Amino acid sequence: MSAGTEPVSGRVGRAPARPTDPPRRPPTNPRRWTFLGLSVPATLGLLAFLVAPLALMVSLSLHRELSPDLLGPFEPTLEQYQQAASVGNYWQILQTSALIAFVVALAATALAYPIAYFLAFRAGPRAGLYLILLLIPFWTSYLLRVMAWKLMLGNAGVINSTLTGLGIIDEPLKGLLFSRNTVVVTLVYVWIPFATLPLLAVLGRIDVRLHDAAADLFASPFQQFRRITLPLSLPGLAAAFLMVFIPTIGEYVTPLLVGGNAGIMYGNVIQDFFTRSGNWPLGSALSVVMVALTLTLVVVGLRVVQPRRLLGR
Amino acid sequence: MTAAADARTGAHGRPRGRPSFLRGYFWLLAFLLYLPLVILFVFSVNANTSLTFPLKGFTLGWYEKLFASENLLHAVGNSMVVAVASSAVATVIGTMLALLLSRFEFRGKGLLTGLAILPLIVPYVVLAVALLILFHALGIQSSILTLVVGHAVVALPYTTLIVLARLVGSEVELEEAAMDLGATYPGALRLVVIPMAMPAIVSALITAFTVSFDEFAIALFLAGRDTTFPVYLFGQLRFANTLPVLIAAAVLLMVGTVALILSADRIRRR
Repeated sequence: MSAGTEPVSGRVGRAPARPTDPPRRPPTNPRRWTFLGLSVPATLGLLAFLVAPLALMVSLSLHRELSPDLLGPFEPTLEQYQQAASVGNYWQILQTSALIAFVVALAATALAYPIAYFLAFRAGPRAGLYLILLLIPFWTSYLLRVMAWKLMLGNAGVINSTLTGLGIIDEPLKGLLFSRNTVVVTLVYVWIPFATLPLLAVLGRIDVRLHDAAADLFASPFQQFRRITLPLSLPGLAAAFLMVFIPTIGEYVTPLLVGGNAGIMYGNVIQDFFTRSGNWPLGSALSVVMVALTLTLVVVGLRVVQPRRLLGR
Repeated sequence: MTAAADARTGAHGRPRGRPSFLRGYFWLLAFLLYLPLVILFVFSVNANTSLTFPLKGFTLGWYEKLFASENLLHAVGNSMVVAVASSAVATVIGTMLALLLSRFEFRGKGLLTGLAILPLIVPYVVLAVALLILFHALGIQSSILTLVVGHAVVALPYTTLIVLARLVGSEVELEEAAMDLGATYPGALRLVVIPMAMPAIVSALITAFTVSFDEFAIALFLAGRDTTFPVYLFGQLRFANTLPVLIAAAVLLMVGTVALILSADRIRRR
């Protein structure tokens, strides 16, 4: 078999091997058939159910109204984007959502850092067990955990019914639910275990001898942390921040559950346009804006994080 | 991770077991994470419709009622079907992508990698409405099938990355040896590479299953009339008197999910 001697990382035959390209020459290399067999279905699947929907969404955002024939020719217009910019306070809600995502990502990362530090340096042989303990709640239903907090914080909830039952307060405490702060607190709580993972990945690789060397040079524990541990964990901090920020900015479920009217986010606006009010073109335009913003942030973020460094190469 | 932590405790850490701020902080957080789960469990065996203290006594009645509620069982059944189908699709495509990305060099490789992880970056609400538009354009009614597509798309990055991690770490010499011994390339993949990656593939399958089973944001848009369990749960949250039954169902499903995740973790480490 000629293929056996060929370096595996070499090109597939000599044909310009774009995934969807048919081979120009008759296939002499058995690896090419395998390549086609793998790439054609996978690429078609991605094109049909990921690229096509997003492309159609962009196209719909350029429509004047939701026509029954979306695939037919139409006259592109920027009307929806003008609407999005001038009518309503969508821009403001997007800013608020970005701010919420920023605060949530920052808080979750900061609160997860001591946990990761504990697991990496202080937990001892049981660190693996502790990590699983931390992650189990994360893998249970998100909806239910949020609902459980609602049960505890609501007007007839556990906290209020207990306090009134014991006669400590007469009126149920209001304001525990249905505000922007509730949304922020709930999201931070939900994301802390997740944010621990990238932090643990960088902290776990720090060479302890660096600390010993620093201690030999009379660095105080705080100096060791500030001059060694913290700088070395920067890529992990950035990764944790991004891993929370990205899903949070498009969030609509948590505001729906605990946010009330005061706590709505940009995702809720999009959801409304596609369910209740039925203005799909405007909803598409708002979605395109959000995707553009998210992708920009991710590209900038990846520059900072440099995932290769995170993997230790 | 554990081993690394072990090695370092002696040199860097203070002796284990001594109370410290970090240890206390960890256990406080663990307490807060488990509190809602405990509360849910307590109310699933409490003999009172309203979820308030003081408790009214122990009952398994809610668990009994659960098995009599047809709508609930139907929703759980739908969730199962969607999770099984979407995780199978996502695992097959994800394994193909992982093989492509780890064993071949081709133009557009970066683009393909980007596409495979794109669902992690695009907000779920946008993915959901984009698919809604696609199905609308094709004249397809929302149903279990459209939801299977949606869940397969969001599970794809997970399955691809899990299998890819295993394939990148494995040695290509084995399949070269198989081919020197007369195997065709597809034969070497089938007889050597796939079996070697099997733990990762099973782990990917289970991960994709749990991603789909709990998923609500996309299901709300794409399930149509075929409600899944999270969508059903969301719809019923307003009605106080059915809540304990729902919580009982949720507790059972939670136990199942955790068991699945732990087994996925076990299998992946093999």
